[in-house]
Amino acid sequence: MAKKRVSRRKFLVRGALGTVGVLALGTYVFRGSIRRVIAKKLNSADAPYMGDTSTPLIWFEITDDNQIILYSPKVEMGQGTFTGLAQLAAEELEVDVSQIKVVHAPSATGNMDGFATGGSTSISALWVPLRELAATMREMLLIKAAEKWKVDRDKIRFSEGSFYLGENTMTFAEVTNGVSEWEIPDTPELKPTSEMKWVGKPVPRVDLKDKVFGAPIFGMDASLPNMLFGSVVRPSKIGSTFKNATFSEAEKMPGVIKIVLEKDFVGVVAKSYQEAENAKLAIEVEWETGEDWNTSAIKSMLTVGKGKPFTIQKEGDVEDVFESTEVIVSEYWSPIGAHAQLEPNGALAHVEEDKATIYMSTQVVKITRDEIADRLGKDKNQVNIVPTFLGGGFGRRLHTPNGIQAALMSKAVGRPVKCFFSRKEEFQNDTFRPPTHHVLKARLNDIGAIEAFEHNVSSGDVAFGSPMVPSIAEPILGADLGAWRGGMVQYGAIPNYQAVSWRIKLPFATSWWRSLGLLANTFAIESFMDELAVKTGKDPAQFRLEHIQKDDRGDRLSSVIKAVVEKSNYKDAVVKERAMGFAASTDASTPCAQVVEVSITDEEIKVHKVFCAMDPGLVVNPDQVRAQCEGAIIMGMSAALFEKMEVEKGELTPTIYGPYQMALMKHAPKEIDITLLQGSETPGAVGEPPLGPIGAAIANAVFRLTGKRLREMPLQHYLNS
Amino acid sequence: MEISFQINGENRSVQVEDENTPLLWVVRDVLDLKGTKFGCGKAACGACTLHVDGEAVRSCSYAVKFAKGKNIVTIEGLGTPERPHPVQQAWVEEIVPQCGYCQPGFMMATAALLSKNDHPTDEEIDANIINVCRCATYYRMRKAIHRAAELTRETNLQSTENS
Repeated sequence: MAKKRVSRRKFLVRGALGTVGVLALGTYVFRGSIRRVIAKKLNSADAPYMGDTSTPLIWFEITDDNQIILYSPKVEMGQGTFTGLAQLAAEELEVDVSQIKVVHAPSATGNMDGFATGGSTSISALWVPLRELAATMREMLLIKAAEKWKVDRDKIRFSEGSFYLGENTMTFAEVTNGVSEWEIPDTPELKPTSEMKWVGKPVPRVDLKDKVFGAPIFGMDASLPNMLFGSVVRPSKIGSTFKNATFSEAEKMPGVIKIVLEKDFVGVVAKSYQEAENAKLAIEVEWETGEDWNTSAIKSMLTVGKGKPFTIQKEGDVEDVFESTEVIVSEYWSPIGAHAQLEPNGALAHVEEDKATIYMSTQVVKITRDEIADRLGKDKNQVNIVPTFLGGGFGRRLHTPNGIQAALMSKAVGRPVKCFFSRKEEFQNDTFRPPTHHVLKARLNDIGAIEAFEHNVSSGDVAFGSPMVPSIAEPILGADLGAWRGGMVQYGAIPNYQAVSWRIKLPFATSWWRSLGLLANTFAIESFMDELAVKTGKDPAQFRLEHIQKDDRGDRLSSVIKAVVEKSNYKDAVVKERAMGFAASTDASTPCAQVVEVSITDEEIKVHKVFCAMDPGLVVNPDQVRAQCEGAIIMGMSAALFEKMEVEKGELTPTIYGPYQMALMKHAPKEIDITLLQGSETPGAVGEPPLGPIGAAIANAVFRLTGKRLREMPLQHYLNS
Repeated sequence: MEISFQINGENRSVQVEDENTPLLWVVRDVLDLKGTKFGCGKAACGACTLHVDGEAVRSCSYAVKFAKGKNIVTIEGLGTPERPHPVQQAWVEEIVPQCGYCQPGFMMATAALLSKNDHPTDEEIDANIINVCRCATYYRMRKAIHRAAELTRETNLQSTENS
């Protein structure tokens, strides 16, 4: 049955300069409430697309040289989404991928995702909607071609962006030419997966050449005539609130145009970046600050048993089992993590009398637009956010209020102003991955099976406090869905298990960091599972398999475990001073299992090989899925082995790469072997799931080499302490 | 003051207020070559790597006064899609970039390494390529560096045969 998903009432056609015509397909009807998204999350599924439904949306544009521009409501931050979306559109438009140019949809197109780009949802959420839009546009063009040729549409053939009738040819662009009214047909049936030409192919990234030849595509590269440079004074102490500033010296410094004093910040606008930075040093700011926090104070706050508990998962009765028998208990910790993305946050704003244009790297286009409009006192449709390619996202740009500062400075001087963070400011004003504390308890029965299992996680906020999750949702949710991501027990054959999330409000901002709680929660749970396997004397992978329930979710987890064991020829033994470590996780709907081969030389943990088996469902672009696995594995390794922010005398530190140690070329494994399984007919999460197992897998290998159980990340730091 | 140098094959003169301005900002904001990136401002990440007289230099910490009379090459001058440098050719073949922000710095560092050593071992790569990539594309980068070395050796061999 044909579906009617594209609303006629909201349909809009308009012309644009330099194009033959603009096809504006809207509005994709999807009134998903935040609650439903959350409910779906709670059910461990992938989130749907949450596009705005209040205004017409522009999705496609056909240029006079017959190129199809796809306006993406999802931003490209390296995860390969643009390439996957081009493949989906090409599939239904029956064109070559090279004919599609994917660009970021400026907010003025109306095509904005009310949620964000994040959570490994871009491809899974647009899998159906984008193909339906493309198929509908193809039908619209076909109807119009038939009208122009005055023939029945069944007589017309089409391929690669052109229609054919006998000897006659019309390109999509020619069909579009001069049309002012379009008929919107019912949404056609979508092509079955078996007939797809592009889906499943390792199409090279559509942004590859721009990124190899240095094209100016990032927020930092944005530039306008008459542009000035802004710099905002940012606090170095935790919990600082801006009070006031004195700046008579700064005003006189070379290149300074204006010092901008607002209720919540002070900034300088100058002719060059350097002059703005120099003048900033001469501004004296009065901050209201709180306590002089340090790491140990933070760590003691963050203790299971303190704060508000919320049971997120419960089967059987663990309390009952734990009361009457001997219980195995272990504690684990993870540190504060920085995003450390290479492109600092920043924005180029041009605020004029009746409009404002802001070019920036952001994962939340709509929220940013609304916040800026609100602060400028402008109507939302007077503010246009032009998203750029992101020099890394990882969750760092899921709230970008710095756009407001650039806009206010531009307004103050009446010229375009570009303003971005210094590296020190990035490290001290990050929205960090919260530190965690985990208490795990289990009871093994006489035959070495787990009778009861409990995971307690104490974490700073991830989702709570974020503008994406309204505070009204907090009482409905109870527990922070970001903090407990990956924290549920995935071994459903255990008769009694529960997971409890303890909320702690930390004195500095904590938020989304690629994979959210998955990295820390999996480190704790899968290290503990390894402890239990060792106690029973069983093979660690086999031990997991024995505790997995027999259902679809369980079967998919079992399959990736079996696949990685086979591929790596996993042995629970030390061979030639190298040991293997095993761990598995399930993130959203995607299970992932990894085996690492590790040695320790001169007290340094060295990861030689990583085997990874993952089942993300249907794979749109296998090359990019592999790239995501490779990157997530090494990023996860970096966090698990080296990364750690400290709090000293009220300041977060270190403030530069190097002292904030991260994995470099020399640390990267020489061999990464990836096996992709397909346990679902639709695409699932890809970008974050492979970050899950790596920390525990390394720690489990280290235990086999040294007999020492590392219960705190970063592992390299605690190896010899 | 006026400072002259050659950049990507062209002679250029720039007016700067302060001769200690890092070369990075002159390249980006005065000459409008945005391929060279700002990452940290303290020569700690390598995103701003370009070549000065054939040497890899972290331009965020290199005063423009030192560039006087020198030959500078940035990612825009390394090669073009039509005539890619072997490093860029290899980067395309291996589909290395993810977010892409740090990649020009890595390619410039690699090109400098290969100009001195067209057959680097893994250990030599580890010792010389010390930039930071947050997407952690290191696995493909290593493959691309070996491939670029291979392409460089082929080019070197051809030019030897032709001379």
